[in-house]
Amino acid sequence: MSWFVSYYRTTVGKKVVMAVTGILLFLFVLGHMAGNLQIFMGKDQLNAYAAALHSQSFAPILWTVRVVMGLSLILHVVASIQLTVHSWNSRPQKYAKIRYREADIAARTMILSGPIIAFFLIYHILQLTTGNIQPSGEFALQASGAPDAYTNVVAGFQVWWVSLGYIVAVILLGFHFYHGLWSWTQTLGWDHPKWNGLRRGLATFFCVAIVIGDIAIPLAVLAGWIK
Amino acid sequence: MNLTLNIWRQKGKIGKFVKYQAKDVSEHMSFLEMLDVLNQELILKGEEPVHFDHDCREGICGTCGMVINGLPHGPLKGTTVCQLHMRHFKDGQEIWIEPWRSRGFPILKDLMTDKSALDRIIQSGGFITVRTGQAAKAEAIPVPKSDAELSMDAAECIGCGACVASCPNGSAMLFVAAKITHLGFLPQGQPERMQRAINMITKAEEEGFGFCSNYAECEAVCPKNISISTIARANRDFIRASFGYGAGKGGKAL
Repeated sequence: MSWFVSYYRTTVGKKVVMAVTGILLFLFVLGHMAGNLQIFMGKDQLNAYAAALHSQSFAPILWTVRVVMGLSLILHVVASIQLTVHSWNSRPQKYAKIRYREADIAARTMILSGPIIAFFLIYHILQLTTGNIQPSGEFALQASGAPDAYTNVVAGFQVWWVSLGYIVAVILLGFHFYHGLWSWTQTLGWDHPKWNGLRRGLATFFCVAIVIGDIAIPLAVLAGWIK
Repeated sequence: MNLTLNIWRQKGKIGKFVKYQAKDVSEHMSFLEMLDVLNQELILKGEEPVHFDHDCREGICGTCGMVINGLPHGPLKGTTVCQLHMRHFKDGQEIWIEPWRSRGFPILKDLMTDKSALDRIIQSGGFITVRTGQAAKAEAIPVPKSDAELSMDAAECIGCGACVASCPNGSAMLFVAAKITHLGFLPQGQPERMQRAINMITKAEEEGFGFCSNYAECEAVCPKNISISTIARANRDFIRASFGYGAGKGGKAL
């Protein structure tokens, strides 16, 4: 482990940790969205998917994913705090006037969008995974005693402020990915004149896909298409 | 043209903006010449002139540099402040002039900063080792044309520090990466390549510079238009070196 510690001490090491954990978290968000879009295929489909995820045979995979995601999240957050403090120290006196040519709003607000997404994530888990927070009333269970994922999602999003908070968080997540999905290629040194256009293109594509795919669910609930 | 200048004046640790009126400025003057005229007036009035760094005034030495209205080297892209002419400003404009602001560049006076941190980064690894004696023939070791071009693009860096000044993190990564790329594309740069990446990047941190968040702001203000592709390259060398790649070539054995 000593090589990891000495590597992590450097800022490039912390950036690589942020890049790798960021990719893992992104892949989870992508898979999570793809799975949950099954809500458009009806109640039985979504609840069957939820049951499959929580089945005995799937448990080792489920817990592996949970542990990897939890560790990734912790490393991502810790590294980001350490780097931000480093960045503040690097410019003790601010400029009176500052203009940016290239640094876009997504890149400059990573340290704001990140914590907001983290707080949303806590709420999201408490509402839909553990059921501790129920804005719509009861945490619905199926006849078998398993959580009724479909009903919980629909009832939750029928509360306007739950939907609004969710939409805002997903848009911020989109901003975070807009910079992050491009930035990690640079951090890991994946630069080549032939592929550089593709890096920006793919980052934008995935960030738009995630925002549209995720927002579609509360919008469909609010519009009454999913009941 | 007449201009209102807000210039950062600093003696010791604390500074402030002081307002000056620059009258009858010729549009053919360079920005530094405009400051020379202002300084002449200040000297005649018995006041202390504005201190600023300058040397060649041809845009090749990397000595000059100040932040003009929030942009290092001013509003014209791909140029140093000594090559910036007053025709790029409007009559009656208010201009804010500040020094490079970074922990690694302590302000000596007014707009003058101590940029020797960049020299110490070079000393940590921005060189190649050669035997003294008769100079080797330039064509003795063949270099692919494309590599030579990329190396020369990076070698254009004049070490002015605008990348540090523009970076929201105060990072010197474009400077470091330009040197790593410049030497890394040439055969003469190979023996020390891995250790160079480790040493220069670590040294830049020690000197108080920030890290790279890939804002690409440095590329936009660089008077020599050095690409952030060099940063990806430096990161790649650093990662390979850290993970023991090329341990026999000066890399870190893990």
